[in-house]
Amino acid sequence: MHTTALTLIELGAILLFLGILGRLAGRIGLSPIPLYLIGGLFFGQGGFIELEGVLDFSEVASEIGIVLLLLMLGLEYTAKELVTGLRQSWLAGIVDFVLNFTPGALVAVVLGWGPVAALVMGGVTYISSSGIAAKVIGDLGRLGNRETPTVLAILVFEDLAMAIYLPVLTAVLAGLSFAGGLGTVGISLLVVTLVLVIALRWGNIVSAVVDSTDREVFLLTLIGAALLVAGLASALQVSAAVGAFLLGIAISGATAENAARVLEPLRDLFAAIFFVVFGLNTDPSSIPPVLGVALLLAVVTSATKIATGWWAAGRQGIGRMGRARAGTALVARGEFSIVIAGLAVTSGAVLPELAALATTYVLLMAVLGPVLARLAEPGMELAERLSSRRLRTVPTAEST
Amino acid sequence: MNVIETRLPGIGVRREIVTGSGRRVGIVAQRDGDLDLIISKASDPDACVASIPLTPDEAATIGNLLGSRQLVAQLTEEHRDLPGVSTRQFLIERGSPFDGRPLADTRMRSRSGASLVAVLRSGQVQASPTPDFTLTAGDLLVVVGTSEGLDAAADILRNG
Repeated sequence: MHTTALTLIELGAILLFLGILGRLAGRIGLSPIPLYLIGGLFFGQGGFIELEGVLDFSEVASEIGIVLLLLMLGLEYTAKELVTGLRQSWLAGIVDFVLNFTPGALVAVVLGWGPVAALVMGGVTYISSSGIAAKVIGDLGRLGNRETPTVLAILVFEDLAMAIYLPVLTAVLAGLSFAGGLGTVGISLLVVTLVLVIALRWGNIVSAVVDSTDREVFLLTLIGAALLVAGLASALQVSAAVGAFLLGIAISGATAENAARVLEPLRDLFAAIFFVVFGLNTDPSSIPPVLGVALLLAVVTSATKIATGWWAAGRQGIGRMGRARAGTALVARGEFSIVIAGLAVTSGAVLPELAALATTYVLLMAVLGPVLARLAEPGMELAERLSSRRLRTVPTAEST
Repeated sequence: MNVIETRLPGIGVRREIVTGSGRRVGIVAQRDGDLDLIISKASDPDACVASIPLTPDEAATIGNLLGSRQLVAQLTEEHRDLPGVSTRQFLIERGSPFDGRPLADTRMRSRSGASLVAVLRSGQVQASPTPDFTLTAGDLLVVVGTSEGLDAAADILRNG
């Protein structure tokens, strides 16, 4: 068959399949991310159907997916929100990092995968899915809740941490020497600071340059700028994703809102391809051996995220119920865990088992997160009823 | 009244007041223009008993309904010495014949004898609007007149 025809047929089949999966996810009120991963496993190497013709396109498309994912993330925040968020939440952010980075890193070390894999797995278990968390908060009507700003502040901190973590990761994955790596990190820190300053002072100028009333011109300028910045960042060994994220932050105000609106469907499309490509490159038969570890990691990192939220909300004077809601809202891991694992796997610096573990882990956490968030209130009520029953027997014991 | 403003990064802004009964009541203004009316739970003041999505029209109307009481009470007080004169409020609904038309088109004064003293829009009071004032859906009209005059005014506003 003609290769173009084959590519089109395969791409069409994949997208159609994703559409059906997405509809299914919407029906049962779940994030589509785990289903996209499963879709990729289904089609990919070792899966039921092996696809060849679509690989070249989907590799590039998945790169674009990461760039758009991070660009949109940057668009959601203004530089001011990032700075004030950082000031309010740095302590909670550090607790979050220590509690949730450690389990992943530890597992990689125990499995004997080496320090690079530890850095990767730590990132995978550290970062909550801001996409899933924000959706859960909206869906459950918690926008007005008092603990919600605490949850969002932690998510903001994590996203900023990504801006530092990703360049470090890319430097390490590229196998740069310590001095070279330090140089890269230095450059990226400088760039991050510079962009924040530019965004704070002259964000409106950057926005004005990108802005256009013509939809087509606007879209072309926006995507052109994003890919250019991402490519340049990548050439400087700073992560492409971070370049896109910073561009997103620099664009502000009404331009950012319009940009988010026109880019959203494109982001959804390319990000879906990104998840599928990640699944495609994972051999399903590599999952059963890591299932036990993934389950253990899921249990431990759910507990550590709940502890993080519980502690952070408590510091803001939130009651027990709200603290439980804050903790469980943070449990979901998703897009960024896969972005991190994807960077590591494509660099070839880690074992393929890591991809299997990361996929399985995200499959579990993307489902578990929203479920736990929903169960927070009934669960707490049950716990309180049980403990009050126990308390009722305690006074008689004490009075004797 | 102390309005507490909380930024919700990536989502928007929450503005709320704490009422005398200890409940939080306010709105979440989302980036994309959506508004949510929020009311905190009595048993768990951190949580909300309701988070009701409102269109801009609906939000403006509720603002008017809440704001109009004081104005109407004040007008009623002023007309207490005039027997037979009362104050009533009329809502310009979506699809009303005067949605988007100037006030002069209603010819309310000459047809019913009742007079329009104020228009409430998005919680703001427009006192003594001029004939070229354009009415839109969601406006709450405060009208003063005799009870027959007010009935006639209601009929005009509803049926043109």
